[in-house]
Amino acid sequence: MVPAFSIQLLNFLAALLLLIAFAMLSQRRILSLIYLFAWQGAVLALSTTVVAYSTGQDHLYYSAALTLILKALLLPWILHRLIIRLNIKWDVETMINVPTTMLVGIGLVIIAFNLAAPISQLAGTITRNALGFAMASVLLSFLMMITRHKAVAQVVGFLAMENGLFFAATSATYGMPMVVELGIALDVLVGTVIFGIFFFRIRETFDSLDIKHLEKLKED
Amino acid sequence: MEILWLLGVPLAGGLLLALFGHKRWAPELNTLMSLLTFIAAAVLTVGIVSEGPITAFGEQFFIDSFNVFLVALTAFVGFTTALFSRPYMRIEQHHGRLSSNMLRLYHSMYQLFTFTMLLALTTNNMGILWVAMEAATLTTVLLVSLYRTPASLEAAWKYFILCGVGIAQALFGTILLYFAAEKLLGAGGNALLWTHLNEVKGQLEPTVLSLAFVFLLVGYGTKVGLVPLHNWLPDAHAEGPTPVSAVLSGLLLNVALYAVVRSKVLVDGALASHLAGNLMMGFGLLSVVVAAFFLSRQKDVKRMFAYSSIEHMGLMTFAFGMGGAVATFAALLHMTVHSLTKSAIFFTVGHAAQKTGSQLMENIRGLVDTNPTIGWGLMLGSLAILGVPPFGVFASEFLIITTAMHEHPWATPFLLLALGVAFAAIFSRVQEMVFGETTGKRLPHPPALIPVFVHLSLVLALGLYTPPYLAEWYRQAARLIG
Repeated sequence: MVPAFSIQLLNFLAALLLLIAFAMLSQRRILSLIYLFAWQGAVLALSTTVVAYSTGQDHLYYSAALTLILKALLLPWILHRLIIRLNIKWDVETMINVPTTMLVGIGLVIIAFNLAAPISQLAGTITRNALGFAMASVLLSFLMMITRHKAVAQVVGFLAMENGLFFAATSATYGMPMVVELGIALDVLVGTVIFGIFFFRIRETFDSLDIKHLEKLKED
Repeated sequence: MEILWLLGVPLAGGLLLALFGHKRWAPELNTLMSLLTFIAAAVLTVGIVSEGPITAFGEQFFIDSFNVFLVALTAFVGFTTALFSRPYMRIEQHHGRLSSNMLRLYHSMYQLFTFTMLLALTTNNMGILWVAMEAATLTTVLLVSLYRTPASLEAAWKYFILCGVGIAQALFGTILLYFAAEKLLGAGGNALLWTHLNEVKGQLEPTVLSLAFVFLLVGYGTKVGLVPLHNWLPDAHAEGPTPVSAVLSGLLLNVALYAVVRSKVLVDGALASHLAGNLMMGFGLLSVVVAAFFLSRQKDVKRMFAYSSIEHMGLMTFAFGMGGAVATFAALLHMTVHSLTKSAIFFTVGHAAQKTGSQLMENIRGLVDTNPTIGWGLMLGSLAILGVPPFGVFASEFLIITTAMHEHPWATPFLLLALGVAFAAIFSRVQEMVFGETTGKRLPHPPALIPVFVHLSLVLALGLYTPPYLAEWYRQAARLIG
């Protein structure tokens, strides 16, 4: 029997995750964006630990530890170093229409919960409400990638999307098999390093990290 | 045991070439590694064809007639492309487009890319399949931007972001699949093994599986290059080095389609309806038609053939979607002949662009005069890909269209129209490039044209006569997919 307290705690953490996703959507400063991303990783690790504790699934402790190291510490650290070396630590992105973006975001959350509803009913897991939250944060990260014009912000959006997917995996299924989780973690890590290489190459070529320079290849 | 060689050789090759990829003999080492991989694949294929499906290493790997045929094809084209890349990359270096560090990156990533594709094909675990597909993107993304021109950077960024987002959808699909499977198979490693899933597919929760398939199709479909998720494909093909275009078009797209078909088999078992097939037919048909019309507007020769790849992948997706023994047989045959023909075309196009110093079709003229083998190779390759008999593409397209007439008559006009438009567009362009006033200059190294003619004669042979054991092999695979 799972104590009602853990369920409450998990719902709270899931809501926190969604809140962070909204905060990222509206955050203009690159540095704050990376801090938010680190917090999202920490919340994710905490929620995984709670699931592990309340269900007795021991392998989830490992994935919680992996999440903490990779997503709350290592990836933010890599990104932080990158923005220092690229000298864009204090960059502020000009975004138009933050209120509209937020409204679209709210719409996406509603869609996500509707989409997740039939599946949540099938879930016997304690975290069944969380699937809606997970899908909502995936969609919000997706929206963030579409609305941003800076390469770094797009990559943070991409990684935040992966966080949402990871939350879906823990909430719906108590985590994927360990070998798959390790593989995914490796892909994400290598991906971030390659993104880092790209930042330098893009800057070298275009003198800026604004991806509006990367919209030349169009069909006539 | 062969699996260990099959995966171990390219992995070791990737590491070795990371150290020695800039040496003078690195292209030969690259070719040797690809040859060893191909031998391992051939031995494995002979074993599977005579003894039936096997699983290995605690069921983590699973080989049946369907994937062993793709393994053989992948290893073969991987080897011939390595042969082609030997003089091609030397000429690029001679033209000053590549430094020795770039060559090291190229050789190492070429082997690792082969490794990820073979891993995706042979793994039994749907989760590892996802990991390998993502790794295939990661290994090729730096290759697309190898020349570091603004256009190639843009192409690589687009490729990375679009395929990254796309493949994230496939991960969600995989999670949903696991969610459904875990109830029947219990948590842990076994619930994502395809063989186990296949045994219980009739009891998987239909609502979850249909949602999972939508995500899997969108995710892996991005990598197949299905319209409207195809935006990355022409750019990545046009801006990367030609050997990379050849393996992307000839192999990676096949592997992505393989992932879709594997998922379809599970979903078909769980659902009473024909949802998976209908979705695939819709996406496939849309790709065929849209790609054919975009084709005729291209100026860059590699972009034009990239759109042609979208068209052919659409045709295969459509055929797999129709299902049934004949359509699946035709789709498998089409996978083989498209892969061989398209890579042969890219080989000739690559050398043609090197001769004239431009990929724009208006600058490429009179290939037959300066180098008859390149010219005729391009001409024959284009005729083959356009489905002119007696090449193998004609046989597979003929089978697909006759099945469509029989089962889905409404789709036939669209298919015929698209094939006609593509024919007119490609044929007129290629004719101008092959004949006409000459502009090209001599290449500093003799071009690699043996792979071109080996591929084209295989395609010709498949069109004239399918050997009984090969036909039996395709039939076995078609039965597995259903």
